[in-house]
Amino acid sequence: MAKAQKLVQWEPNDVKDKLLAKYPPKVARKRAKQIMINEALENTTPTIEANVRTIPGIITMRGCTYAGCKGVIMGPTSDIVNLVHGPIGCSFYAWLTRRNQTDAINDSNANFITYAMSTDMQDSDIIFGGEKKLAAAIQEAYDLFHPKAIAIFATCPVGLIGDDIHAVAKRMKEQFGDCNVFAFSCEGYKGVSQSAGHHIANNQVFTHVVGKSETEKTDKYKINLLGEYNIGGDGFEIDRILEKCGIKNISTFSGNATYDKFASANQADLSCVMCHRSINYVADMLETKYGIPWIKVNFIGAEATAKSLRKIAQYFGEKELIDRVEAVIAEEMPAVKAAQAEVYPRTNGKTAMLFVGGSRAHHYQELFNEMGMKTLSAGYEFGHRDDYEGRHVIPTLKVDADSRNIEEIEVEPDPVLYKPRKSAEEIAALVKDGLEFKDYEGLNPAMEKGTLIIDDLNQYEAEKLVELMKPDLFCAGIKEKFSIQKLGVPMKQLHSYDSGGPYAGFQGAVNFYREIDRLVNSKVWSYMKAPWQENPELSATYVWE
Amino acid sequence: MEPIRSTGKEYKMLLRHTPQEITERKALMINPAKTCQPIGAMYAALGIKGCLPHSHGSQGCCAYHRSTLTRHYKEPISAATSSFTEGASVFGGQANLLQAIDNIFTVYEPEVIAVHTTCLSETIGDDLPQIFDKAIKEKKVPEGKTLIGAPTPSYVGSHVTGFSNMVKAMANLAAPGGKKNGKINIIPGWVEPSDMEEIKKIAAMVGVDINMFPDTSGVLNGPLTGEYKMFPEAGTPVADIKDSGNALGTLALGEWCSADAARLLDTKCKVPCSVLDMPFGLKATDRFVDALRTVAGTSVPDEIMVERGKLVDMISDMHQYFYGKKVALVGDPDQLIAMTEFLVSIDMMPIHIVTGTPGKRLEERIMEITAGMGRPVNVRAKGDMFLLHQWIKNEPVDLLIGNTYCKYIARDEDVPYVRWGFPILDRQGHQHFPTVGYKGGLRLLEQILGVLLDRKDRDDPESKFELVL
Repeated sequence: MAKAQKLVQWEPNDVKDKLLAKYPPKVARKRAKQIMINEALENTTPTIEANVRTIPGIITMRGCTYAGCKGVIMGPTSDIVNLVHGPIGCSFYAWLTRRNQTDAINDSNANFITYAMSTDMQDSDIIFGGEKKLAAAIQEAYDLFHPKAIAIFATCPVGLIGDDIHAVAKRMKEQFGDCNVFAFSCEGYKGVSQSAGHHIANNQVFTHVVGKSETEKTDKYKINLLGEYNIGGDGFEIDRILEKCGIKNISTFSGNATYDKFASANQADLSCVMCHRSINYVADMLETKYGIPWIKVNFIGAEATAKSLRKIAQYFGEKELIDRVEAVIAEEMPAVKAAQAEVYPRTNGKTAMLFVGGSRAHHYQELFNEMGMKTLSAGYEFGHRDDYEGRHVIPTLKVDADSRNIEEIEVEPDPVLYKPRKSAEEIAALVKDGLEFKDYEGLNPAMEKGTLIIDDLNQYEAEKLVELMKPDLFCAGIKEKFSIQKLGVPMKQLHSYDSGGPYAGFQGAVNFYREIDRLVNSKVWSYMKAPWQENPELSATYVWE
Repeated sequence: MEPIRSTGKEYKMLLRHTPQEITERKALMINPAKTCQPIGAMYAALGIKGCLPHSHGSQGCCAYHRSTLTRHYKEPISAATSSFTEGASVFGGQANLLQAIDNIFTVYEPEVIAVHTTCLSETIGDDLPQIFDKAIKEKKVPEGKTLIGAPTPSYVGSHVTGFSNMVKAMANLAAPGGKKNGKINIIPGWVEPSDMEEIKKIAAMVGVDINMFPDTSGVLNGPLTGEYKMFPEAGTPVADIKDSGNALGTLALGEWCSADAARLLDTKCKVPCSVLDMPFGLKATDRFVDALRTVAGTSVPDEIMVERGKLVDMISDMHQYFYGKKVALVGDPDQLIAMTEFLVSIDMMPIHIVTGTPGKRLEERIMEITAGMGRPVNVRAKGDMFLLHQWIKNEPVDLLIGNTYCKYIARDEDVPYVRWGFPILDRQGHQHFPTVGYKGGLRLLEQILGVLLDRKDRDDPESKFELVL
């Protein structure tokens, strides 16, 4: 969209009013609470309503609990057979569509990511129950593939007809002896978004897999990376950097994950949380049960990557590691700075909007800042209030009819495996030196005053925002991509990265600068009108000379 | 076994856990050759002018269908959902649907809302007609606006039957007793927007006044102009769909996709129908054109004869390169029948044929069509792509035709591959260039020849490498 069209500068309040104007009163009242004008006052931010029901009929960006469980969390795991119990659709749609990359490409390790497996429930299964078919399907999968583990996923009708998938899983596990079988009650109607599915998935992995590894990890600086899904190879880039620093990532939840990596997570000495939304509770459980402290990290953005590496080094507190991390940062940064300097003149001053995920709408602002781009408006698709306002609000979150149904598991220190990695004094000393444990500030404090923070943005509001505020770039998911681009505004998918990535780490930052430069400066956006549309009225007929 | 590649690069098998030995599976479907009914209903509904499809179920269904259709078309796909919660799943989705209808007509202002059900709403027994009555009584449906509904439980049929059910719901809008409109209804089936455009073009060339529904041309292959219209000036208007009850007759293309709607018009409005194969390839197009000529009482114009002649010409010009080649096919029944016939008609040998859509009639038709080949053919309705891959391992083929998921088999087995069917997530063109009709036949043949000859050029030894083919 041409700059010349930016005639009106809307006040945030006006924009909010325009977004709400067309809604029926009840819808407008509800949406008003999820649209916030950011007024960073001292150390507080206003309350935003989040993780509440989507309004029927309002075209939402959100997906379902099954998508969060099977698609997001378990999708990237390579050597676990993921078997969907339900009619065929849910398995089909989650088949290779999330761009999870894996390095399990050799014969030495199994890779089932390319397979979609389902019980393909028929009407007779709905009427008479599907447990027998499920058990038979598990047996057939076992006979064909002999995997280390088989994970069962429930889709909507399974919960309604009352199939006891956990009992079937338990029975088959006992029967096999050499294959762990566990199930996820992740019916699509549970919760209000994908977020409930993340929770259900993580709880079951924690319960059935973590701590089960028999191989001892002997590396010196062992961490878990929680909430990193290796979209477009992000996890590969992060692992490259960590390895270069001498830090061993023994278990990523769940990018490029394997059964044994999950099972070894209890052996790490620090948990690093990337996506706070999808997994902060696992970090807590790992601490309670095994004594592993956790910190929030962010590998999106070169500066954020450097900062996160320094935090990890500070935690371990050994000079050898601290020096190595500094050396790696010093080695990696020149290429980043060179790419940044190259694109900066073309990206500086441009504006973006980010509506994605439960942490990316925050994390990616780091990269945009590095390019001199301002985020006008942002929000999460499935965030909770703590993702906006900071972790400190968790105790004040209300349990409602939807969140009540999502299982919370209570853990206690493991009688054998619990081992505090740091004493209370050591932790206190690190805190005194500025290392924050178990904390996340949220999106709101990171954004400028007067920006618009919108939870669960929908198609209508997205279109209005673009029309009114005319950003240079909009970031969301595949469903939003083409309606935004029809308006002449480039749209970058930040769930799947379109076909790009990695965008994490140092090389990822370089990729992202170049990608955004390409998008916002593409010639194509100048072709919306044909030359003759500039002067449509002919004043005289043309005379051939 | 690693495939031998002339490139010298080492390839890792992507589907390396698929064994050659075929064991019978009774419960486990692996790599499906179908998806669920609702997405077909959504695609069909997008072919109604000013229509917002609505998914009565969990919001994930709608998100998945929109995502898949978006990836296939690279176009915005607008559709709404009842966003069931656990409460709605227990107490019924009526309140959600009523609220959705109100919100949709207020915010998006469509002419029509086309509701389809899901496994969730069907399992709990939501009754669409009853909810529609209530919506109308509660004045949630503005004057002149339309609600249609189709039952599409995901545990019955496939995406193909879902499409068919929504088209039948459209036909149900027609009322008997009107004045004959002199038109011929065409129900094109689940073909691409480009194909729908081509079908209209062919009918116009033959001089037949048609009324076609659904029609996604212009809806799902729109231009980029800097303006976004949620409801483009395209699709079949509701008035035309209602008028289908006054037609002289109906040509339904595809038994699976279109016959139910056509038969409903016959029983309900006494509009006689002929069910034809989808017009892919020479012979099916011949029958389609012949049917058009017959119902309209016109003669086939020269321009169609020229198009036909060009297809025959290419078949004869390049026959040596595709003659006798073995083909594996995966797709939907109506498409498979026509494609198998096309391949047989040009002396190719379709030997492995799979769909996930149930229906024994497919297997019978394929057996009839391939009977003259003089060799056994593997065909399976309710099959999956895992089985197809195993068949290919047991008897390799020279060509694979199917949707994007075939690329994993094609790469592993090093087989030339033409993308055709749904979904195509990694290539462009299907929305713009038809494969129906004679023109479409030319495109199909051009694509087939392209991959076969690329392979020949890749694999021919240096001494045999040819300039002219």
